[in-house]
Amino acid sequence: MNWDWSVILKYLPRLLEGTWLTLELVAISGLIGIALAVPLALMRVSTSPWVRAFPFAYIFFFRGTPLLVQIFLIYYGASQFEAVKQSVFWEILRQPYWCAIIAFSMNTAAYSAELIRGAIQAIPRGEIEAAEALGMSRPLQVRRIVLPRAFGIVLPAYGNELILMLKGSSLASTITLLDLTGMARTIIARTYTPLEIFLAAGVIYLLISGVFIGCFRLLEKRLNRYQHYRHQVPTELTKIDPRLQD
Amino acid sequence: MSQAQPALELVDIYKSYGNLEVLKGISLKANDGDVISILGSSGSGKSTLLRCINLLEHPNAGRIIVAGEELELKPAKDGYLDAASRPQLESMRSRIGFVFQSFNLWPHKTILDNIIEAPMRVLKQPRAQAVARAEELLARVGLADKRNAYPGNLSGGQQQRIAIARALAMDPQVLLFDEPTSALDPELVNEVLSVMHSLADEGRTMLIVTHEMRFAREVSSQVVFLHQGQIEEIGSPEQVFDNPKSARVRDFMSSHLS
Ligand SMILES: Nc1ncnc2c1ncn2[C@@H]1O[C@H](COP(=O)(O)OP(=O)(O)OP(=O)(O)O)[C@@H](O)[C@H]1O
Ligand SMILES: [Mg+2]
Repeated sequence: MNWDWSVILKYLPRLLEGTWLTLELVAISGLIGIALAVPLALMRVSTSPWVRAFPFAYIFFFRGTPLLVQIFLIYYGASQFEAVKQSVFWEILRQPYWCAIIAFSMNTAAYSAELIRGAIQAIPRGEIEAAEALGMSRPLQVRRIVLPRAFGIVLPAYGNELILMLKGSSLASTITLLDLTGMARTIIARTYTPLEIFLAAGVIYLLISGVFIGCFRLLEKRLNRYQHYRHQVPTELTKIDPRLQD
Repeated sequence: MSQAQPALELVDIYKSYGNLEVLKGISLKANDGDVISILGSSGSGKSTLLRCINLLEHPNAGRIIVAGEELELKPAKDGYLDAASRPQLESMRSRIGFVFQSFNLWPHKTILDNIIEAPMRVLKQPRAQAVARAEELLARVGLADKRNAYPGNLSGGQQQRIAIARALAMDPQVLLFDEPTSALDPELVNEVLSVMHSLADEGRTMLIVTHEMRFAREVSSQVVFLHQGQIEEIGSPEQVFDNPKSARVRDFMSSHLS
């Protein structure tokens, strides 16, 4: 076998270009995902079955179908409807970049909402009762007690979700995007050096994951200075998201 | 200033969990400065009664009046009563301090932030005012040096003293204590009781569910004995402790005062 280091070096700038797109997809989808996940999670813990129904169906769908199918549904599905093509949304939906972001955002929103729901339900009742007893309104409780507390609990599991999303983002390459994986495949089509280039891509994914993990450790230390139950909660959360059992 | 209207009045409170009747018509009156101890064996409904006062638990029937203002109640599902107006409930709750058996401090906030949270967000006090008051209260419960600590780093006794300070920061008209020392190691009980003692001495109106008989006898102006959701006996501490009319109370006292 001819192992060719130089091909890695030569195409490194292109791989880094792809890396940048990957990071962009993950960052934008992550932010949109969280913004969607918080209201979904809050609806999920509502006392009204009607309010709970929507996030339940949403989460059921996005957790129960493969990400690849979701991407295809949005990318190929949208163009099947004349109404969509006539609408203002078409400008966005005809671009694979935005289709990928929509699919990733909605997918991660479902998983994150489930994590946040679990965290909210893991908050000891007494802490909420204390807020009630002091005359705090419901919105005030959510803003000042429930969400800050839930974020602290959810943080380690959310780091995992972000890494899963990073890896899932390689599916963007199936709708012509030149993310890290897409770029690697393009390069290989020209050089026929799959081993070298995929290895390089793999190492880059690994490095990004490593940085994510490190960041979350730091964040966790900062945010959860007060916590002594760090080992309790993840086991609770693995029931919600079996992917976290590793 | 002794007004005609009691600080707290409960009229005919009923409460069931499904078929289990836990409170069977309890009426109780606390005048300004009264310290009422509520005794009774486990399951007699002491916690439920206390939690019905600020609607942490929803009674099936009854009236709750704080300093002349009646909490407006409306029927809700399963035969329970709910607040007719959430703002009124919140305003009443802000005037009723509640101290829990399990402290229930917010672990993600510092001690100071635990205390100033409700004064700032509910009473809309300016931060400087809330902090000044919190520091006074911290000094009062003997924990001035803990203002920047987190609850998780405090002993149970210290946490309960902070929880009392948090309740006091709202300047409540009535203070409710649900077995405030039951979750504590024996050597930590006294530090909490002595804070409560000083509150009684300064004329606070308090309802205290407790198993600390000696303490109850010392601080109470009235003692209530609950049995199966009814008031079995009510009277001065001397009467209820030393000369109970009810044989059941006598038995309870002899087994708890030894
Ligand atoms: N959420 C609930 N659901 C069903 N039953 C309940 C509930 N809370 C309390 N009970 C029942 O109501 C009764 C009174 O309970 P409560 O907690 O008021 O008693 P207590 O006098 O405070 O007892 P203890 O001294 O053990 O704290 C008990 O029989 C208890 O089992
Ligand atoms: Mg109790």
